[in-house]
Amino acid sequence: MTSMKATPEPQADRSNAERYLRMYRQMVRIRTFEEQANQLYLTARMPGLTHMYSGEEAVAVGICEALTDTDRITSTHRGHGHCVAKGAEFRSMFCELLGKAEGYCRGKGGSMHIADQSHGNLGANAIVGGSMGIATGSALRAKLFGQDDVTVCFFGDGATAQGLLYEVMNMAALWKLPVIYACENNGYSEYTKTAEIAAGSLTARAEAFGIEAFRVDGQDVLAVNELAERLVARARRGEGPFFIELETYRYHGHHVGDINRDYYRSKEEETLWKTERDPIIRMRAWLVEQGIAAEAEIEAMNAQIRKDAEDAVAYAEAAPYPDPSEVDMHVFTDVLHATRIGA
Amino acid sequence: MREITLSQAVNEALAEEMRRDPSVFILGEDVAEAGTPFKVLSGLVQEFGKDRVIDTPISEPGFMGLAVGAAMTGARPVVDIMFGDFLFLIMDQLCNQAAKTHYMSGGKLNVPLVVRTNLGATRRSAAQHSQSLQALVAHIPGLKVALPSSAYEAKGLLKTAIRDNNPVVIFEDKLMYQDKAPVPEEEYLIPFGQANIKREGRDITLIATSSMVQVAMKAAEALASSGISAEVIDPRTIVPLDEATLLASVKKTSRAIVIDEGHQSYGVTAEIASRLNEKAFYYLDAPVLRMGAMDVPVPFSPVLEDLTVPTPDRVAEAARRLCAGEMIHAA
Repeated sequence: MTSMKATPEPQADRSNAERYLRMYRQMVRIRTFEEQANQLYLTARMPGLTHMYSGEEAVAVGICEALTDTDRITSTHRGHGHCVAKGAEFRSMFCELLGKAEGYCRGKGGSMHIADQSHGNLGANAIVGGSMGIATGSALRAKLFGQDDVTVCFFGDGATAQGLLYEVMNMAALWKLPVIYACENNGYSEYTKTAEIAAGSLTARAEAFGIEAFRVDGQDVLAVNELAERLVARARRGEGPFFIELETYRYHGHHVGDINRDYYRSKEEETLWKTERDPIIRMRAWLVEQGIAAEAEIEAMNAQIRKDAEDAVAYAEAAPYPDPSEVDMHVFTDVLHATRIGA
Repeated sequence: MREITLSQAVNEALAEEMRRDPSVFILGEDVAEAGTPFKVLSGLVQEFGKDRVIDTPISEPGFMGLAVGAAMTGARPVVDIMFGDFLFLIMDQLCNQAAKTHYMSGGKLNVPLVVRTNLGATRRSAAQHSQSLQALVAHIPGLKVALPSSAYEAKGLLKTAIRDNNPVVIFEDKLMYQDKAPVPEEEYLIPFGQANIKREGRDITLIATSSMVQVAMKAAEALASSGISAEVIDPRTIVPLDEATLLASVKKTSRAIVIDEGHQSYGVTAEIASRLNEKAFYYLDAPVLRMGAMDVPVPFSPVLEDLTVPTPDRVAEAARRLCAGEMIHAA
């Protein structure tokens, strides 16, 4: 395991100014999207529940900024961040969260199944660890077809307890597949501390298969991105697979309804992560200090993102629901209405 | 016409489709040099190489998951599940992932994969290598389910399955791998959702799947000698199901027995019988009977195992009693 300890803040490479700003902007877009989603839940305007990504933005953005649209990702039940980071638009996302026809999945998937084929997001998954096979299979396809795309499999520390991970890492290592297993260790497996569900080290699990494993500060978007760029390039050259453990934190509960969390973690701990290690505050301070952007520009950018999100929410709330006739569409690719024949 | 075994028919279907479409590949345990324990795939690795006939570790959920991801991104995997009983191991990947992806994505993602597996008891293989689990997967919307009853069907249905853009589970009867049937040299496909009337009759309809088609045909012969004319229909796919052909037959004969090797309770026979009751009730002269495997785990001892599956004698006896009006109040 190669440890990526918190290093002194790097000097900005001015030729990368655009990229730095885009990473900051994408992190703010995720945070802002989720603030709106949480409001929709709290004001009972959104059906069902949702799982918040806030606090983990540097993970999705640092990794997805190293990918192109032909690279694939698989996401999790906590998937808004991956979806935004991989290029999705607010309008189609809010429409999906509200079950509207213009949603990415025509309202059939919702928050837990949001997928964005056009940007290579193969979908969130409501089975913990459920997408590990899919990600590895996408990488197998790339290798069989001689294509150079890379697939990133996002999952949480809780999912490392699923046997599927070990089955697919075994095959990925045997066949040298271009897949990167990105383990978002936010310290909690639903309502239980990770230390109580995971024996030993997470990275050692991958190393047992001969997979190079790394640990990185998941609150430091520059560190995450630097590592991701290196590993994606190596995976493209056939040097994969890789495993990354990203140390991060989930600001909300397991889902939006998990309000009273005292029995499994303290308010002091939450406050510490939010004030001392927040990826957005940290990146913003660095951008200003390095002279990449002035405070006023950043404020303007944040305001624009907030307005975009509010507009998208308003759009989605006014958007039509799917026609009831869509209920039995998309069961099969070749049957328009699955319940109207003897299927 | 030449005759080939069911095993050869499957092998030919795969070879033809792999020659036609480079995105088709095979994934499973001991599929390459070993050609599977049933030797169904022998020779394919020599023609297509180890990149397209891939031996996996003994990790059914893992390689099933790989197939889903490969299919979602443009490949057409054919997954070999060595025994139908191992379907229980892949349930999440097959039923939560493959079956639902097209729907959950609002039609944007497709999962064109085939799961080839088998069914059938009386091979003295006991409870974990003898089950017929087609009802289990037919219950899940988004999966198509094919049940070939001879070498001819095995080839034509598998070729159709490989070209289908949806996940398809195809069950071969493991006791029929060496059974021969006429199979044309020329290419052919058998469309899904088209039942085959194996034998025409007037008095009773025997609807039978896979291995049970032979049982029904033998029962029909026995019935003919006692003056009862039985029609035998093989649905060939249970999803989609050719309801129209089944209903037309039952409206003509006014009696039916549905025979399938899965467990009788909550099974394929129950579903088909229920549809006949709902849609042909006023044409029926007797209750529609279900004949499935006995609701017990499959026992090892041959004496016990043979009691658990429908036989030609038992089907013929039930048909005689139905036609004699003895089962109006059948329990």
